[in-house]
Amino acid sequence: MRYLPLSTDDRAEMLGKIGVGDINDLFADVPPHALLKELVDLPLHMTEMEVEKNFNAFAAKNVAAGSVPFFVGAGAYKHHVPSSVDYQIQRGEYLTAYTPYQPEISQGTLQTLYEFQTQVAQITGMDVANASMYDGSTGCGEAALMARRVTKKKKILLSGNLHPHYIDVVKSATKYTDDVVITNDPTVNNTESLLDQVDAETSCVIVQNPDFFGNLNDYTEFAAALQEQKILLIIVTTEIVALGAIKSPGEMGADIVVGEGQSIGNGLNYGGPYVGLFATRQKYVRQMPGRLCGETKDADGTRGYVLTLSTREQHIRREKATSNICTNAGLCTLAFTIHMTLLGEKGFRQLAKINHAGAVKLRNKLQNVNGLTFLNKTFFNEFTVRLNKDAAEVVEALVEHDVIAGVPASRLYPDNDELKNDLIIAVTETTSEEDMEVLVAELQEVLNA
Amino acid sequence: MLNNQGRPTGIEDVNASTNGYQSYTGSRGLSQVEGLIYEIGDKNRTGVDLPEVDDFESCLGGFERTEEIGLAGLTEPEAMRHYTRLSRKNYAIDLGFYPLGSCTMKHNPRLNEKMARLPGLSDIHPLQPISTVQGALDLIDTLAHWLKTLTGMPAVAMSPKAGAHGELCGLMSIRAALEAKGDARSIVLAPESAHGTNPATAALCGYKVKPIPATKDGRVDLEAMKEALGPDVAAIMVTNPNTCGLFEREIIEIADAVHAIGGYFYCDGANFNAIVGKVRPGDLGVDAMHINLHKTFSTPHGGGGPGAGPVVLSEALAPYAPIPYVVAGDESFDIVEHDTTGKSYGRMTAYHGQMGMFTRALSYMMSHGSDGLAKVAEDSVLNANYVLASLKDIMSASFEGPCMHEALFDDRFLKATGVSTLDFSKAMIDEGYHPMTMYFPLVVHGAMLIEPTETESKQSVDDFIGMMRHLVEKAKAGETERFTGAPYNAPLKRLDETGAARKPILRWTKSEDE
Amino acid sequence: MTIYYSEDHEWINVEGNSGTVGITDYAQNALGDIVFVELPEVGDDFAKGDEVAVVESVKAASEIYSPVSGEITAINEELEDNAALVNTSPDGDGWFFKIAISDDSELEGLLDEAGYKNFITGLE
Repeated sequence: MRYLPLSTDDRAEMLGKIGVGDINDLFADVPPHALLKELVDLPLHMTEMEVEKNFNAFAAKNVAAGSVPFFVGAGAYKHHVPSSVDYQIQRGEYLTAYTPYQPEISQGTLQTLYEFQTQVAQITGMDVANASMYDGSTGCGEAALMARRVTKKKKILLSGNLHPHYIDVVKSATKYTDDVVITNDPTVNNTESLLDQVDAETSCVIVQNPDFFGNLNDYTEFAAALQEQKILLIIVTTEIVALGAIKSPGEMGADIVVGEGQSIGNGLNYGGPYVGLFATRQKYVRQMPGRLCGETKDADGTRGYVLTLSTREQHIRREKATSNICTNAGLCTLAFTIHMTLLGEKGFRQLAKINHAGAVKLRNKLQNVNGLTFLNKTFFNEFTVRLNKDAAEVVEALVEHDVIAGVPASRLYPDNDELKNDLIIAVTETTSEEDMEVLVAELQEVLNA
Repeated sequence: MLNNQGRPTGIEDVNASTNGYQSYTGSRGLSQVEGLIYEIGDKNRTGVDLPEVDDFESCLGGFERTEEIGLAGLTEPEAMRHYTRLSRKNYAIDLGFYPLGSCTMKHNPRLNEKMARLPGLSDIHPLQPISTVQGALDLIDTLAHWLKTLTGMPAVAMSPKAGAHGELCGLMSIRAALEAKGDARSIVLAPESAHGTNPATAALCGYKVKPIPATKDGRVDLEAMKEALGPDVAAIMVTNPNTCGLFEREIIEIADAVHAIGGYFYCDGANFNAIVGKVRPGDLGVDAMHINLHKTFSTPHGGGGPGAGPVVLSEALAPYAPIPYVVAGDESFDIVEHDTTGKSYGRMTAYHGQMGMFTRALSYMMSHGSDGLAKVAEDSVLNANYVLASLKDIMSASFEGPCMHEALFDDRFLKATGVSTLDFSKAMIDEGYHPMTMYFPLVVHGAMLIEPTETESKQSVDDFIGMMRHLVEKAKAGETERFTGAPYNAPLKRLDETGAARKPILRWTKSEDE
Repeated sequence: MTIYYSEDHEWINVEGNSGTVGITDYAQNALGDIVFVELPEVGDDFAKGDEVAVVESVKAASEIYSPVSGEITAINEELEDNAALVNTSPDGDGWFFKIAISDDSELEGLLDEAGYKNFITGLE
């Protein structure tokens, strides 16, 4: 077995040193009936070649996004990741290191975390960011719980245009606490009114920008109104590239910003691992969940970095911790920060511009398609169209022609008949003009068949 | 004529007393000083070539970002050098023995990385049509089968993103099952030696945590536990093998006792590595257990994550599991994303879980097979017991062996040396090792928890033992400074964590330098 | 003016019905470098034995229990920026809060200086 260095002789010699005759003597504390006499019923060990064959077979039964015109978004986006990112995150020093609990020999991880926290704070327009959550959705649940700790109030108001999975995660996260979650129906054309739903018991309002259907909003006045009532505004962004083009949540007056960072540095990976971004105001930092890296000095006065404010965390605070999170997004955080460094201010803004320009271009081309109505007044790189047919059926029909046209809203809202014909379409820098032409032609045909 | 250019080359000719000079740069040979991206880069530099865009009519609705973000950029050669230099300031499994108890720092096979990067597995979207991801669902279903078989459990919830997330999934399933019976309970029992995530998770689930003391031999005090049990106890959370590195001998009695009062047995599976392929938790009366794919099944720790924490569930709990889950039909796979039974307690995360970790873990499992996995458990337990046997004469073992895959020592052997567990750990850094887990579990004083894992050779373990014996002798011989000032040889000296916590500086800011 | 001590290592300096509360030198020494103190809010009411504050060192957090019942009338805002005062001056500038004592009789259960000294000697 290629991963197990002990030889038969080694094992015998070591058992001798320990003073037992058989390896099972070391399992003496296991109830005898529970110690298996035979191997479990699974295949025996395989060579690298055999394993590869199995995985090639799995892979062959999937349609890779890069192999077809691809317009799927709704919270996860196909972006191009520079080659050097993947090289760096596969360096053993990053890949095979643990959480940086011994700072003297973990400065690599720690400094990249410090740079990551700075980038996230800058992009979101906030004071401080943590060293990541599992993903945007779990970060959203954590934000709701944090608002409860800050305000000591327990009513959570959710926008209907928040990603439905995020809504579900907030509901689950607060299911057995005594928080009250108020939900709203989705409004594809963005006509929601939240301010008249808050009251003295409201701890926070959670909105998404760009929202689930791609609409943009300026929450500046809303934030000010909430602040007067000591209600926290939590702004979620599932497409972080948007913040290279639109006003930041911080500038709008958000108290907590939650982001899905997958778009930068990380692949689609069928939903995970992703990287949850979490930022807030300086005054709330002690109520934050998750790890934080901070600057300090060593005994010689040399600058260095450590994990800090750990008394918020489970390994010290146990049942009073701000969260139970331990393992976080680690390496995905590194991929994010490397990609963001390669982009820089100039590249990040240009990337955002290309994404928006692409979406505008596709919108313009789709205007010539019969049987399709636009529902967005504003959008970044994603918008929703209403078709003259069931959107899921249209998507399935286009799969037959090797086009993946987007996400039918019914996939997320199976019980909402109003949204049955709605299709959410995303464009990124990876979408070529040819891809757009194919989509337009195929939709024209299917919608008018 | 003789060409003597480039001489001398032998060390005897070089002035040997030069290691005391302070370098101009602050670097020391291969240990190079590296600034922050904000100090070496700027807003105009970029390492990505992006096309220009023709003029177009914006649809941002006037919400353009006008102020500068403040990001610093680097070109590709600069970025490569920055991150490569920083990487060299990290300890890693690839560089050496990493005996962090409770963390299972084993070798990370690169085949797993290669498999996870096949475009057909990495470049697929969680919401693309189900007909186009049949291979992904097949893979998840196959991994689920392996996990269920290895644990002897009938069901598994795949979506939790890490161990603590899995704990939450397990406890929420328990609470949902109890509430479905109209049985509101308020207490979860957890041993004093539990991971901090256990009480933190129970609190998130609305439960009060009642600690259970340990016996003198490092195990759950069954009698004390029985006394604490009552109609208000929803569950007991027990790590097995436990955080002292011991198998809970009375595990069956523990399970029976909690079942007798109508509660559930949650097993923290963080230490599953010691028994994988040898013992099935399902045979021990477990109702729910998370599996850290990043421990037992070798998905890389990546400096803190990502992990994955699927939770195996008993028949009684399975109906309450979170969505989504994969269903295997006769000819194709489907994924259930919306609860139709009214029983599922909800959703843990967007999409379907840590697919990238599933791929790596399954690749690891297939490589080992049923035979290799049993060997994993045996060799990890063997290595740990070998460490215990080789050090117990000069260090203080906290409990009688045999241990499972980790050996626990405390600081009694350092008494009167003026050296603490922390000092001892820092001296290990000078010897080129990553220290073991220190000060955990809390049930012994100055804990040192050593987990060698099965991927260390006998030579490697012997070298470690030799180093440890050497340091113990030095501590006992009164060479205190070697410890209290350590590390001397790391990229940095000991860091001021008090200062960091008193005046937290959590990000770079422009004003700081100007 | 009388100073009482609790077995949770708090002192309370009583003047009239107002008590100033802090932690003892023994406690600050045992806790190590203190990095943060989470204080109650002025106007909050506490019963004797309620968790009223939290003292944090780098790797530990300890709850502070109110030695008497009453309403918080002042907190030591200096600690917000300089938690180290608890280490350097536990019985002076490192005080935590002032409380309006609602029930004098609760003081009877506390220790005097000699009693507390005896108590901590017994701990060693």
